Amino acid sequence: MIAHLTTAVTTAVGAAVTPLTATGGGAGGAEEIVFWIVGPLALLGAIGMLFSKGAVHSALWLVLTMMCLGVLYITQQAEFLGFAQIIVYTGAIMMLFLFVLMLTGRDAGDSVIEVLRGQRVAAGLLGLGLVGLLVAVLMHAVGTLPNVGLTDAIAERGAVGSLAASIFTTYLFPFELTSALLITAAVGAMVLAHVERTKRERRSQKATVLARMRSDRMSPLPGPGVHATSASNATPAMLPDGSIAPGSVSHLVEMAVSEQVARRFREGELVPINGPEHPYRPKRAAIDHEGSAENIVIPAVSAASGGSAGAAHEGSES
Amino acid sequence: MRVAVTPGGTVSGPDSLSVAPLLANDPVWLMLIKAVVIFAFLLLLTLFAIWFERRVVGRMQHRPGPNWNGPLGLLQSLADALKLIFKEGLMPRMVDKVVYIAAPIMAGIPAFMVFSVIPVGGRVSMFGHQTALQLTDLPVGVLLALVMSSIGIYGIVLGGWSSGSTYPLLGGLRSAAQMISYEIAMGLSFVAVFLYAGTLSTSAIVAQQEAGWYIWLLPVSFIVYCIAMVGETNRAPFDLPEAESELVGGYNTEYSSMRFGLFFLAEYINLINVSALCTTLFLGGWRAPWPLSLWSGANEGWWTMLWFFIKVLIFMFVFVWLRGTLPRFRYDQFMHMGWKVLVPVSLAWILLVGVARVLNTATTLTTSQVLLWMGIPLVILLLIVAFWPARAESGEPGEEDEYDVVPAVAPSHHGEPGVVGPSLADFPVPPMDLVVPAGPVRKGRVDVDS
Repeated sequence: MIAHLTTAVTTAVGAAVTPLTATGGGAGGAEEIVFWIVGPLALLGAIGMLFSKGAVHSALWLVLTMMCLGVLYITQQAEFLGFAQIIVYTGAIMMLFLFVLMLTGRDAGDSVIEVLRGQRVAAGLLGLGLVGLLVAVLMHAVGTLPNVGLTDAIAERGAVGSLAASIFTTYLFPFELTSALLITAAVGAMVLAHVERTKRERRSQKATVLARMRSDRMSPLPGPGVHATSASNATPAMLPDGSIAPGSVSHLVEMAVSEQVARRFREGELVPINGPEHPYRPKRAAIDHEGSAENIVIPAVSAASGGSAGAAHEGSES
Repeated sequence: MRVAVTPGGTVSGPDSLSVAPLLANDPVWLMLIKAVVIFAFLLLLTLFAIWFERRVVGRMQHRPGPNWNGPLGLLQSLADALKLIFKEGLMPRMVDKVVYIAAPIMAGIPAFMVFSVIPVGGRVSMFGHQTALQLTDLPVGVLLALVMSSIGIYGIVLGGWSSGSTYPLLGGLRSAAQMISYEIAMGLSFVAVFLYAGTLSTSAIVAQQEAGWYIWLLPVSFIVYCIAMVGETNRAPFDLPEAESELVGGYNTEYSSMRFGLFFLAEYINLINVSALCTTLFLGGWRAPWPLSLWSGANEGWWTMLWFFIKVLIFMFVFVWLRGTLPRFRYDQFMHMGWKVLVPVSLAWILLVGVARVLNTATTLTTSQVLLWMGIPLVILLLIVAFWPARAESGEPGEEDEYDVVPAVAPSHHGEPGVVGPSLADFPVPPMDLVVPAGPVRKGRVDVDS
């Protein structure tokens, strides 16, 4: 949270100071109007980020701040920078943030337990120090450095061209260092997330289709935990002791019908899955092993006895 | 490699081809007229696009499509739009109100903004003013399209999140991942165009294509962009965020009335936007196609607008065609395609284009020499790859065996009661011998058996 505070405050201060540094742009009144609309909005975003309850709302406030900064860049003739700011920070980085935050659930609040003793005080002091440092540097820069303006640079190579020239000539080394840093982080994340997979571990799509087609049941299987004996909605779910699971049949269905189904099931009149709807076809391998297919016809699973769970679905999945 | 630097190195280079100075002289009322016309035109084009799509898909599926309201059913989408407007806007109880209301707006507004930088036509005279058929021309115009699409994602993602329900959330997550991945491929496909045009301004890029459209010069970029733009607009076969057979309606499941209508509108306007952008970057924008371009008047005045919209319509037809033909991608195949195919191919292509560009400008080689020296090895390389003996597919026979062998009978399980027996099937079945421990007796418990 404190780290967020410093980020928010420094971005806000940055927003407040930038127009002072580039008055040489010469857009004049319009620029000032835009600044007085967008600057407070950027500050509002920073403050809103700190004080909103949900993490997603905080992220949205931060998005507002970043977009306002982008607009400020654009009004100061740095269109490329402004658009890059919005594409990179708003479009990519904050979107990844949101992606993660959305997965954490809506009601996940901040933890209020202090794990490290004195952490808050230290973080607060450091944050204040950082703000002081940045403000001092910016004020110094605003006070002493001359205003050059962008007119000459744009006349020389165009806005994008001059930016590209200074990045790829004068500041090439820092630029490459930054990219090395980012690549290291990306490679590190990949190493941490990497899992070795043997080739057989995953079926190819073709193999899956083949297996499905060769099984006795091409249609999707019923949901986990379902022993389908009929398509009737009076069919109750059976608990392992043979009783009817409470709530498994709608109360609109007469209980007598469900009990009748359950009784027939117990007495072996109903068999799971391999009914007439999915005629059982003995498998080649099964015949080879057992001599006859009789052994593998699914017995009516008597619910209380230990009928094999695997056998119940043998016909449906190989 | 310097981007956008011409031998002269001044603004007298490619940037000077932009119509920005011409547009700067527009009076305010002319700008307003242009803005309102663009807005109205996009709305009309959306209505047309919906009708067009339904008719064409209908024809592809051997049925008439909407043909009842108005001539050829043209007023059908208008009727649908009116129905949406007058429907009651429901708001589910679990929603995050502010975000829920803001999300469709965040999806809708950026969609309209993109068209402001698209050069719809060349120089014309409007009400006695010399101007260009374009609202504004930024020196980094193409980036505006990227910015607006990246803001538009927020609408979809937040709409999914704020609905407070599972399917929309999944749709929102998918769309976030999808659009980020495909925006990278899209941005990379722009880079080669920028390298050749030497500018990011849309009108200047069109002006640079006078000698030849970039589709011929940069075919790989064109193909990558075409794939990425389908992914970017959530259209079939990449419509995973709103996969109706998997996610009900995806991110817009909980929306109704005009809030849903805004999402719908944004989707169709985005479709028009990406088509228009592709026309601008690769198909010569408002320039007349070849046999027509022999007539000198074809590239002047209001005719240019006609060529532009014909090209956009062709793209829209391709979108509909894709939807009518292709099944939806699986999510992992989709991501595989984005990150492992489109991005590396684009990077290699940019490298090639960059080398060609440097050889062309910094050495004395002529363009044809450069193409020859780069093209011949490239073609040889591609031929070698194409005819390289296919790797023995080791998995194939093994897999056959694996699925020929059917586990005969599950060993009957006589373990301790309460212990789950091993199941040969990988389908979860309830253990039949599971002993349910007697729970604490609670008041009011319904016992069915007793």
